[in-house]
Amino acid sequence: MSDTQSAQPEEKLTKKQLKADHPTWCPACGDFAVLASFFNVIQKLGLTQTDFVCVAGIGCSSRFPYFVNSHGIHFIHGRALPLATGISLSRPDQHVFVFGGDGDGFSIGGNHLNHAARKNINLTYIIMDNFVYGLTKNQTSPTTPIGRRSKTDPNGAIDRPINPMMQLLGSGATFIGRSHATHVKHMNEIFERAVNHKGFSVVEVLSECTMFYPGAFDSAIPRKGGEFDLVDEEQHDLTSINEAFKLAQLEFPGKFGVFYQDERPSKNELEQNWINDVQSRTGDLSPQDLMRQNFAAMQ
Amino acid sequence: MSSAGASAEATQDDALRNAVIRLAGNSQDGIQSVGGMLGRLAGRTAQEVMTYMTIPSTISGGPSIFQVHLGSGEVLHAGDVADVLVAFYQHSYDNHLDSLKDGGICLYDSEKVEETRDERGIHHIGVPFTSATVEAIGGTAKDRGKNIFVLGLICSMFNLDREKLTGIIERQFGRKGEDVLRNCMNAFDAGYAFQTTDLKQFRFAPGEAANSNRISSDGNTMLGLGLIASGVRYGAAYPITPWSSIMELLRRELPKYGGVFVQAEDELAAVAIALGASYAGHLSVTGSSGPGLSLKAEALGYACMAELPLLVINVQRGGPSTGLPTSVEQSDLLQAIYGSHGDSPRIVLAPKDVEDCFYITLEAAQLARRYSCPVIILSDQAIATRIEAFNEPNLDEHWIEPELDLSERGEDFRPYPLDGLTRHAPPGSRMAENTYPKVTGLEHDEKGHPSGNPENHQKMTDKRRNKLVTLAAELPLPEIYREEDGEILLLGWGSTYGPVREACDRLREKGLCASATHIRHLHPLPSGLNELLARFEHIFVVEMNDSGVYGYGQLATILRAASCNSGIHSLCKTDGLAYRVSEIVDGVDSFLA
Ligand SMILES: Cc1ncc(C[n+]2csc(CCOP(=O)(O)OP(=O)(O)O)c2C)c(N)n1
Ligand code: SF4
Ligand SMILES: [Mg+2]
Repeated sequence: MSDTQSAQPEEKLTKKQLKADHPTWCPACGDFAVLASFFNVIQKLGLTQTDFVCVAGIGCSSRFPYFVNSHGIHFIHGRALPLATGISLSRPDQHVFVFGGDGDGFSIGGNHLNHAARKNINLTYIIMDNFVYGLTKNQTSPTTPIGRRSKTDPNGAIDRPINPMMQLLGSGATFIGRSHATHVKHMNEIFERAVNHKGFSVVEVLSECTMFYPGAFDSAIPRKGGEFDLVDEEQHDLTSINEAFKLAQLEFPGKFGVFYQDERPSKNELEQNWINDVQSRTGDLSPQDLMRQNFAAMQ
Repeated sequence: MSSAGASAEATQDDALRNAVIRLAGNSQDGIQSVGGMLGRLAGRTAQEVMTYMTIPSTISGGPSIFQVHLGSGEVLHAGDVADVLVAFYQHSYDNHLDSLKDGGICLYDSEKVEETRDERGIHHIGVPFTSATVEAIGGTAKDRGKNIFVLGLICSMFNLDREKLTGIIERQFGRKGEDVLRNCMNAFDAGYAFQTTDLKQFRFAPGEAANSNRISSDGNTMLGLGLIASGVRYGAAYPITPWSSIMELLRRELPKYGGVFVQAEDELAAVAIALGASYAGHLSVTGSSGPGLSLKAEALGYACMAELPLLVINVQRGGPSTGLPTSVEQSDLLQAIYGSHGDSPRIVLAPKDVEDCFYITLEAAQLARRYSCPVIILSDQAIATRIEAFNEPNLDEHWIEPELDLSERGEDFRPYPLDGLTRHAPPGSRMAENTYPKVTGLEHDEKGHPSGNPENHQKMTDKRRNKLVTLAAELPLPEIYREEDGEILLLGWGSTYGPVREACDRLREKGLCASATHIRHLHPLPSGLNELLARFEHIFVVEMNDSGVYGYGQLATILRAASCNSGIHSLCKTDGLAYRVSEIVDGVDSFLA
């Protein structure tokens, strides 16, 4: 992401310095591990509290910013990405992290995801996908599998769930990864690569809601008899959207790792290029004189 | 021409003090652009001007008018009746002859208007606009250019400053290539030189505007420039008529000042992007028209709760729903003041004319920064699109250079102090105490921690509301035009400013003791307003919205609730057209009858 902080003389933050309020999540909620992994990455990259900001919408997972001792903003349901867009475009010095759930990102905020991604806004977005609405206590979410009972589908879900990876690939995001909250080392690696990516990076993390949907992701947990199947990057061409779509269509639980990464100028860069171009032509004028030119045309 | 009314006395050499010219045709004929050029001409002289137009909402066009009121003294409204009607088609003639005053002049295209009515002493002059233009341009351009032909005709008729007018044409069409410009000039000259014995000649009295630094512009342009002058460098919006031209201006202009304006995917995103930039330390803007303001309502509630500064422009149009997208209405007042969920106090201001669009924006930006809350500017379609002439703003005096305050916040920093105003610490600022603040829409304590404590919610609700109470006490009372007390007070807001004042004078001519006032600060209302209103027997609140189930328009409803003053009455209408002076006078008359 942003490249202004490489020369920070300050010491790396300790876990203690990074921790804020004790998380209000239920015991063993998958989101705890995501938080721990996030701390690891911040420490490893040597970011300090003046370098980054945490943004979230509404949901259990969206409580994230309260638990990080950094600048943070807890916004409204589904709109974290546009809010983060405003921060990212106006503050190129900041790493912008966005956290949220499957409902926040794929349902109420679904359209924002498409547009923040196609604009390639410079930020990192971590989706804690638990296949359910946690905060509102067990309604069907856009990723809930068909047949799963919830308070809004007492006979089992009937609407075809979206496939997050397919959705993200179609959106135009330039870094798309997938991980699992019980595999912290894997999360560390994927998050770190996401943060280092320039442009819109997004990671879907399967993060179990132990309260309402326990066992949802056991099929990818080896000690519970599942298989944690990694993308083989020796074989997989990261820049091939077609290959990525093939990976995305594998039967659940599918593969984990980076599905797609490509370089495309971010909106941040493109807007700055425009500014530089215009200012190279008007640079000598004071801002007031610039506006006086407008007035002159109105005389 | 205008021989009636106080402002129309003829000077010694019988020069005109003002003239109202109505161009009626189809929107694709370019009558807006001719009207605009006449309006701009006034900006280059000491003359006053006000324009008015109706536009069809479909792209392919349809019947449309542009009315220009040119005057040597103060021009407050676009004119109830026209002195000159220019009719391009039979339908223009049929629909607009009634707008012409008795004895007025009707210029019509003798090839398109077949039947004329001999009535009320109206002087008909038929000119073959179409063939004369074709002849001038060389036969190919067909109907195009006849607007410029008519401009030439008007220029010679009123002895307007030909050199300045052709200068304006050059600026407007020069960019479109030599051929286009040459055709325009030919059409103009043909109109200017057109010989008909019928054509009367008039001459304006010298303009009275003191300052020579005059410009002319529409309201949307002045709002957009006002935003830049008030230090706004970031914003986001989604296109909608009649707001769009502001976002087009900002998108084009902001990069010069190092800023970015984002075209968002919808209004929900637009307000969120703007709030993001505000949170990041740059006061930002979003804007729309009524339907878009509704979509922003949830985030507005957030901004009130989280105490983030934000500027929101709402250029009102006819509603509800898609309504009358290109007509004027003032029916978003209650939405602007209350539209959200929960108790969400914010500031609402409305400009009184085109010039004020600039200054009210600076004031809005100062208030947003000071009180850290959303400030909504309620403009309307009439102010947005009409052209007025006024003094160029002095940018040495009216300019705010934006600052990003990343200073270290001391140990006593609290994002939501109960004993002071919220001043957020943007990302990047260091916290001496090493505890970093959260901005949140959950009810929170002073430190920004979520809190459901009943006592705390009451205190925080008080805190957010009391910002407006403090502000109300600081606001100036609106000025009173004419008597400080008396029988009748006309009270307007937004674009009714001019017609209301003119109506006040007409009522006085009729022997009534009338005064007028205008409210720019709609929420909170200045404290002391109730006492001011109480000095009058009847207060007529003039607004372009519905009188509703209980018989009172939106501002009248609020004023009655705030003052319990039973002398407050409503003059309301929702025909999508700007108020005519006579409608206000008649409304008062029939109430008092
Ligand atoms: C406008 C609006 N609609 C609905 C809600 C209620 N709501 C809060 S969170 C939520 C769903 C959360 O699900 P998800 O995003 O998957 O997050 P999780 O709790 O599962 O982490 C809903 C429906 C709200 N806060 N705002
Ligand atoms: S409800 Fe589910 S998602 Fe929410 S905190 Fe509890 S376990 Fe986690
Ligand atoms: Mg969820």
